[in-house]
Amino acid sequence: MATATERLFGKSIKRREDPRFITGRGQYVDDVKLPGMTYAAFVRSPHAHARIRAIDVSQAKAHPGVVAVFTGKDMTGVNSLPCGWDLRKEKNIPGVVQDLAMVPHMPLTSDVARHVGDPVAVVIAHSQSAAVDGAEKVRVDWEPLPAVTATEKATASGAAQLHSGAPGNVAFKWALGDAAATDAAFKNAPVTVKKRIVNQRLVANAMEPRACVARFEEATGELTLWVTSQNPHVHRLLMCAFVLGIPEHKVRVIAPDVGGGFGSKVFLYNEEVVCSWATRQIKRPVRWTASRREAYVTDAHGRDHVTEAELALSRDGKMLGLRVRTTANLGAYLSTFAPAIPTFLYGTLLNGVYTIGAISCEVTGVFTNTTAVDAYRGAGRPEACYVLERIVEAGARALNMDPAELRRKNFIPKFADSYQTLMAVTYDSGDYGAAFDKLLTVFDYKKFRADQAAARQQGRLLGVGFSTYIEACSIAPSKLVGALGAGAGLYESGKVRVHPTGMVTVYTGSHSHGQGHETTFAQLVADELQIPIEQVEIVHGDTGQIPFGMGTYGSRSGSVGGTAIQMSLNKIKEKGKQIAAHLLEASPKDMEYANGQFQVKGVPGKAVPFGAVALTAYVPHKYPEGLEPGLEETSFYDPSNFCFPFGAHACVVEVDRDTGKVNVLRYVAVDDVGNVINPMIVDGMVHGGIAQGVGQALWEGAVYDGESGQLVTGSMMDYAMPKADMLPLYETDRTVTPTPVNAMGVKGAGETGTIAATPTVVNAVVDALAPLGIDHIEAMPLTAERVWKTIQASKAGK
Amino acid sequence: MKLPVKITINGQATSHEVEPRLLLVHYIRETVGLTGTHVGCDTTQCGACTILMNGKAVKSCNFFAVQCDGADITTIEGLAKDGELHPIQQGFWEKHGLQCGFCTPGMIMTAYQIIERYPKPSEEVIRHQLEGNLCRCTGYHNIVKAIEWAAEAMAKK
Repeated sequence: MATATERLFGKSIKRREDPRFITGRGQYVDDVKLPGMTYAAFVRSPHAHARIRAIDVSQAKAHPGVVAVFTGKDMTGVNSLPCGWDLRKEKNIPGVVQDLAMVPHMPLTSDVARHVGDPVAVVIAHSQSAAVDGAEKVRVDWEPLPAVTATEKATASGAAQLHSGAPGNVAFKWALGDAAATDAAFKNAPVTVKKRIVNQRLVANAMEPRACVARFEEATGELTLWVTSQNPHVHRLLMCAFVLGIPEHKVRVIAPDVGGGFGSKVFLYNEEVVCSWATRQIKRPVRWTASRREAYVTDAHGRDHVTEAELALSRDGKMLGLRVRTTANLGAYLSTFAPAIPTFLYGTLLNGVYTIGAISCEVTGVFTNTTAVDAYRGAGRPEACYVLERIVEAGARALNMDPAELRRKNFIPKFADSYQTLMAVTYDSGDYGAAFDKLLTVFDYKKFRADQAAARQQGRLLGVGFSTYIEACSIAPSKLVGALGAGAGLYESGKVRVHPTGMVTVYTGSHSHGQGHETTFAQLVADELQIPIEQVEIVHGDTGQIPFGMGTYGSRSGSVGGTAIQMSLNKIKEKGKQIAAHLLEASPKDMEYANGQFQVKGVPGKAVPFGAVALTAYVPHKYPEGLEPGLEETSFYDPSNFCFPFGAHACVVEVDRDTGKVNVLRYVAVDDVGNVINPMIVDGMVHGGIAQGVGQALWEGAVYDGESGQLVTGSMMDYAMPKADMLPLYETDRTVTPTPVNAMGVKGAGETGTIAATPTVVNAVVDALAPLGIDHIEAMPLTAERVWKTIQASKAGK
Repeated sequence: MKLPVKITINGQATSHEVEPRLLLVHYIRETVGLTGTHVGCDTTQCGACTILMNGKAVKSCNFFAVQCDGADITTIEGLAKDGELHPIQQGFWEKHGLQCGFCTPGMIMTAYQIIERYPKPSEEVIRHQLEGNLCRCTGYHNIVKAIEWAAEAMAKK
């Protein structure tokens, strides 16, 4: 048997999953076809807020091809969709000021619809077209109610009230940090800046719309659900234990090829619950695929914060205090992890990469008549980074100090094992100044300022923006998140099965929807076992095959999922040593694993190849006494801490003075994600993250009409997705500060670009507009219209 | 009411009775069963359903199947010949031009037309020509690189 000699960790090998995608052989949920399959179409609220007086399904039921029509009243015994992050869970959670209003969220609402798109009935038919036609024949007698959609208006007196259990539309109040110390820092500070900073609502827009196929087999009582999920086991657990009350061991959830997630496919949604319930009623498979229009009004949205931020500074630029007050719009219901995002994934990161004298953060979560808000790529951390990097920029302007210099004055000094922040979390390892200095070198900052001065002489509006960032990923230590309100543990499982022929199948509880697990995990396995990568297969996304899993989000697959696999590989090697030692009549203690064989330490000639040990494990004729046959190990890894990637980004923009159009001329990213398994894949994720971050800064935004509560950016024609000709090539570079948290030293790379890019670009635009006396722009996206208006307002003000 | 339609897809004749409102993309995916062509939107923005019809890259969500009677269509499944990847497919693989893979078939079919029209496309030309195809994963960087790679490979042939 051939052995691999080249170490693959750190190599940009081509992705092993690509051949099926580039030939059109990927298998996504909407590609699943089953005999006797039926199709579901949902009847949704056209109103932002309306009471349901009555629903008449008689015409729909009579429509040719319609198999069944269900409303919420038919779904007896079905519970509310759960919120998996309960701020009430522990009374001693730091930060919780007011209990979470745990409001119900029924799969099909039967009394009141609370946002446009809220589903009230489902029509199931023999064909997609018959289902859609049938849905049009469901008559709902609506009583429209006043609605509130704007974040800041939610708690105003007289605002429409969404839930009787949430007076004033307040979902929770939360605080972290030291308010008294912060007040004192501000009292004595010679320089303070205060800005209103709006982080607008976004739509994740994974290219594959959400979909599910549910099949109940009456003979066995088994339910199989194919679903666009980033975490199939979590889907199964929530659906079985909390909503439908069906036996978990009789349910198999499969997330096959999934076309992007960005957080939006983490959550348990109404439609997959309804289809799973309905297949049990009609005893036929049910498929539902979201139209893009449905996706816009039902996929969990992201961001939507309104913040007042204040920074206190000494005259020489030391950061003395930071005060942040945020209102976070949660939408109409509590999505699966919604309360965690604007609290524990936001407030805890406000320390950034800086030494700050004192920090305080207050967050109010509010309900509005809008689509629920939950994690979107970065999830809380981009919001924190945006607030911090915008207020730091404003501070630099107030001090008339170079923004690069202000940042450099305040970096937390290099540390190798831990840094206790003021915001509860402990960073793992960092060298923030090094990443920033590398950025300035790669970017050639001095030269840029000279070019900029020349451009300004010609009347051109050229600007540079910087952002540093810190990210908490590798989510997360179960004990810690449990204390913070998580309903789940956040470990990961990894099972390694060595077949008798020496082939290896690895089962991971994390899930790839673009991340490339089938490649990076195989690199790890091939390295550890020193076997050709062709002998390794990675299986993910199937509760029927994988022991358990918490899934993929929060940049956790490599660090948490990968470590679980590594633990199992170590167990395999330990068992292999015992088998080989027996064959060689040596002591297991004297054995080592080298060059793809189990050998007596330092004696390559006295060895048993990996494949021979595998075969022996399954044909245990000559075998150690008391050792179990077989070669298969499972491990669960629960990290001891988050990992904290960091970095620094720079961007050059030019603003067209006459039209307000912003052109991104250059984008440079220096990221530190610890050790890197596959640089090509990490760079690719950074690119995509940057595009999403630039998208937020310049073009994207979910806009609700304040009067009607309609989502006016409810299609790809209206919501400005970044296109190829709107973006530059990105320059990516790295520093490497391994984490001490896991053995591989990998931190996580999935969200860095999204976190850093938004403030980088906005800071650049503000810098470009500085000659016009503009020092702040409150809201994004910085469309040509908004920038033009800002320029006009500044002219008028003079 | 159903109407007959005959369409050649990847060299194979197909013939079905279909509803007049059936979109070509659904004919390809559901009626014929070639699921490599994807649906990512409902407003002709995303380009995931791009195919070649009579030699031109078109969005197959923009036609009714019955409009395409007699058409000769190539989908992503028909691009590789005799088990050998087309250089554009190879380019996407070499340059990591895909992540989740959902937009990829449409991107590749559009790239086919780009290189046909511009055998040596500049970055600017590629970006402009890709305007009708959306990707949420790659930030387009490596898609541009993939198409450049493919154009070079095809020029050498």
